[in-house]
Amino acid sequence: MKLDLGFIDALGRMTLRFFKSAGELVIFTGQAIYHSLTPPFYPKEIGRMMVEIGFYSLPVVALTTLFSGMVIALQTYAGFSQFSAEGSVSLVVLVAVTRELAPVMAALMVAGRIGAAMAAEIGTMRVTEQIDALSTLNTNPMKYLIGPRVIAGVLMMPVLVLIGDIIGICGGYLVGVTKLEFNATTYLISTWNYLKPMDIISGMTKAAVFGFIITLLGCYNGFNSKGGAQGVGQATTNAVVSSSILVLIFNYILTEMFFKM
Amino acid sequence: MKKEIQISMKDVHKSFGSHHVLNGVDLDVYKGESVVIIGGSGTGKSVSLKCLLGLLTPDSGTIKMNTKNIGMLFQGAALFDSLTVWENVAFALLQNRLINRTEAKKLAIEKLAQVGLGKEVADVYPADLSGGMKKRVGLARAIATNPDVIFFDEPTTGLDPIMSDVINNLIVDTVKKLGATALTITHDMASARKIADRIAMLYQGKIIWIGSVAELDKTDNAFVRQFVAGSANGPIKMEVKAN
Ligand SMILES: Nc1ncnc2c1ncn2[C@@H]1O[C@H](COP(=O)(O)OP(=O)(O)OP(=O)(O)O)[C@@H](O)[C@H]1O
Ligand SMILES: [Mg+2]
Repeated sequence: MKLDLGFIDALGRMTLRFFKSAGELVIFTGQAIYHSLTPPFYPKEIGRMMVEIGFYSLPVVALTTLFSGMVIALQTYAGFSQFSAEGSVSLVVLVAVTRELAPVMAALMVAGRIGAAMAAEIGTMRVTEQIDALSTLNTNPMKYLIGPRVIAGVLMMPVLVLIGDIIGICGGYLVGVTKLEFNATTYLISTWNYLKPMDIISGMTKAAVFGFIITLLGCYNGFNSKGGAQGVGQATTNAVVSSSILVLIFNYILTEMFFKM
Repeated sequence: MKKEIQISMKDVHKSFGSHHVLNGVDLDVYKGESVVIIGGSGTGKSVSLKCLLGLLTPDSGTIKMNTKNIGMLFQGAALFDSLTVWENVAFALLQNRLINRTEAKKLAIEKLAQVGLGKEVADVYPADLSGGMKKRVGLARAIATNPDVIFFDEPTTGLDPIMSDVINNLIVDTVKKLGATALTITHDMASARKIADRIAMLYQGKIIWIGSVAELDKTDNAFVRQFVAGSANGPIKMEVKAN
């Protein structure tokens, strides 16, 4: 009988801990939004973060979207040629890349690069008392550290995805023309004709939301890290895992919202 | 003339979980005075400063501070490692856009000179400095805005005896010339004697003794005598027994 009680005890403790951290995250999100939108702003920090997120993530985002576009062209052809619907390859590449692959791939790559780096940097600042030092120097740590990162994430992710869209479509085009022997001009024209602004816009909207999620969780985990180097390592892992999962969940939610458009 | 109180702690309690660190700290520091807190390692000296700074919220008790212009030297220096040394020193001035970058750098180099650092370190990143140098940069940053109240958490730890004396003189000067109020934590009794108007001893979460340097040598408080003598024998027992 004693065993049962221990189990219930542990379950209760776990549930409480879950709701406590969920509540903390909600409060942190509110604070992050508030401090991102109210002055003072730190243009130099925002610029530094925009370069970090936008520019240095370009190679990984370009590579992943290129190969995603290529593989989609191959797979669609394999499936659609059975119904003599090869002509739709360019459409599928277009829709898959702009609506799904570019935003999700870019977000997962950025989560690994930027989310981890932010959690590590802010976590180190926390355990070495640099965050405390900021407050003693009349600077609000939320405004100085979190505002610029969230702003840069929300602004730069859509740009990255737009570039990823172009590269992914080019990947599909390359495979279509070289491997699947489509006529280059016909492929381009059909891509152009199928192109709908809503495809691009929905992908970029997703990207902005993902940029928010990634930077928010990077900051949140860093800000709340404790216990030296080990704690910072833990924060980094948590940031990447939790933001990747949330990106995929929100991807579904947003897709459903955009489904009819 | 009645002395004006600048910093006041009344019955301050602070626990971390079941660990009671501060058990009713009472301390008044007058304007323009230099008070030194001594006490064993882990007795809550740094925690007291953090409560005063508002970085930790006490569980109970009241804290009053008659100014917002405060400087703080952290025990581990806490320099921003993404910024150069001079940007660290001039951080508050730059962020609050009080002066432009050229002026700020000039001022930072001046402050660095006061802590015995040449202008060649100005453009270096903190990671490339020695422990003692970091401490001095932290000190320069703490005094850069000419604060009314300055907290020093072990300013001379990790410094050679000569540099320690330079820093002691700097603290004395800052208090005397700028009329600042200083609250310093130290284990270095030579430093304490030099900079303190009054010395307070923290033991088991309370201020158990406070008095001038002259009184320190005459006190019959066994705890204070043991601490000042640096003796392992006395009422303060260090927990080194392996049980
Ligand atoms: N954020 C915290 N969480 C939990 N415990 C803490 C925290 N900060 C301090 N403590 C505990 O409070 C006690 C006092 O710490 P404090 O840093 O004030 O010591 P100290 O008097 O400054 O010692 P030292 O002279 O070694 O610097 C220590 O036992 C420490 O473990
Ligand atoms: Mg300490």
